[in-house]
Amino acid sequence: MSTLWPSLGFGSVWARNFLVWKKLMIPSLIANFGEPLLYLLAFGYGFGHFVKTMDHLPYLVFLATGIVCSSAMNAASFEALYSAFTRLEMQKTWEAILTAPLEPADLILGEVSWAATKGLINALAIVLVGLVLGLWWGPGMLWVLPVILCMGFAFASLAMIMTVLARSYDFFVYYMILLLTPLLLISGVFFPLQALPRPVVQVAEWLPLTHAIALIRPLLVGQTPRNIWGNLAVLIAYGVGGYVLATYIATRRLRR
Amino acid sequence: MAGLVKRYPDRVAVNGLDLEIPRGECFGLLGPNGAGKTTTLRLLLGLTTPSAGSITVLDHPIPAEARLARRRIGVVPQTDNLDPDFSVIENLTVYARYFGLAPHEVQTRIASLLDFAQLTDRARTNLRELSGGTKRRLTLIRALIHDPELIILDEPTTGLDPHARQHLWDRLGSLRAEGRTLILTTHYMEEAERLCDRVAIMDEGRIRSLGAPRELIEQLLPRFVLEIREPVPENLLLDPSCYTLERVGTLTLVYASRRDPLTDLASRLHLNRYIERPTNLEDCFLKLTGRELRE
Repeated sequence: MSTLWPSLGFGSVWARNFLVWKKLMIPSLIANFGEPLLYLLAFGYGFGHFVKTMDHLPYLVFLATGIVCSSAMNAASFEALYSAFTRLEMQKTWEAILTAPLEPADLILGEVSWAATKGLINALAIVLVGLVLGLWWGPGMLWVLPVILCMGFAFASLAMIMTVLARSYDFFVYYMILLLTPLLLISGVFFPLQALPRPVVQVAEWLPLTHAIALIRPLLVGQTPRNIWGNLAVLIAYGVGGYVLATYIATRRLRR
Repeated sequence: MAGLVKRYPDRVAVNGLDLEIPRGECFGLLGPNGAGKTTTLRLLLGLTTPSAGSITVLDHPIPAEARLARRRIGVVPQTDNLDPDFSVIENLTVYARYFGLAPHEVQTRIASLLDFAQLTDRARTNLRELSGGTKRRLTLIRALIHDPELIILDEPTTGLDPHARQHLWDRLGSLRAEGRTLILTTHYMEEAERLCDRVAIMDEGRIRSLGAPRELIEQLLPRFVLEIREPVPENLLLDPSCYTLERVGTLTLVYASRRDPLTDLASRLHLNRYIERPTNLEDCFLKLTGRELRE
């Protein structure tokens, strides 16, 4: 009865979440700027005192470009896990939406696209901080926006699979600690991939965060990424694959 | 609905339902918890796929055209699923958008709905500050935002105080007067008798009895009942032509088609704790679904 193909109705789900965010914008933005800024200052200045450059970039710039990616990843994941699950189980918002002429496909796409937007908002905060600190500057930077949206979509879709499988919030701790944290450590946020043992690098090359960084880091510092289409294809594949699987599971759960 | 069946791995929720509800009718689904009422409503909305049988709602085959049908159906769910982050009016505009209606298109409609539910002065109130009854009124007008022809209400007045319930009944009455079709489930027999043109008593996924509330009562039971709440002799002498007797725990029920024999009986037995009253839908319900407490 329900298909995996969404309708334009997904926009109304996005709009609902945007409206909630808008109401709580100020505290939310302070947190978005605050946390990554602390990391940047502490690691960038502290670490940067000993490590001058990394991969031919000043360490602060290297780190900041990585943190743009990791904060997009974290924000998109958190929104698609905890916030979406609250709307599914606690507030029954999904139930209300599904009695309107919307299907699970619309709902999942609405949620995932909103979570990607949330990732973009958070990443944008760091991009602006970097601008103010004089870490980067240039017209090529604008290209990072669609790329961040793509990576947000990938991580939101993957997280959404967990959300539609989950029975309680406890489930998400495993996802964050066992999947996202290792990902953060081996995808080149804090140091270049090449520093890691060969097998780890081989694994990392299949992971979405690695490909996001391979695009966003050069774009921010005014270089051209080496494998634009390859990197984009991986991100889109994770996004679409995650969306399809999440929608399939959601349909089974919500339309039983 | 024809031959409708919904099977789950562990139980059969709906077990062969045949039902036709004409437009403009207020139809009540009664039955104990687990009788299959909510599942029936979910099937009607295309929120779940039937295991067998067919459904047509407002000329749309369900679930094939469920999305189209739901454009014309308003739903008042059993548990509150309003948006706690929003004010009263935001709840309405956000919900309207799910139906593809932009906020400016529903402005006048929202004003008249707020008036209809007497919520105009609460329009900007945050949801967390509203009482249960007020939330229920908001849920009702939320279901009306797209001007639906059919309204489905799952236990609309459960948990409301008498005042709020009266208000809601009154509003449902005026929706019916506008020619809308209403399908509701309820545990309150008084509600069903007051509102519904016809009721179906469901049990174990089947319809046990169907008809106008008054008809149903007359079909199943004599007109009057004496409810005795004290021990009465085992060999209570009764004239079988005018009495039927039923014992449930410490309660004894004596039915008759006229009042006089019951009044006589009460005085003959020197009863203190008894009620003599017309039979109602609740008696039918209990007769059909059994008086034993379930689960």
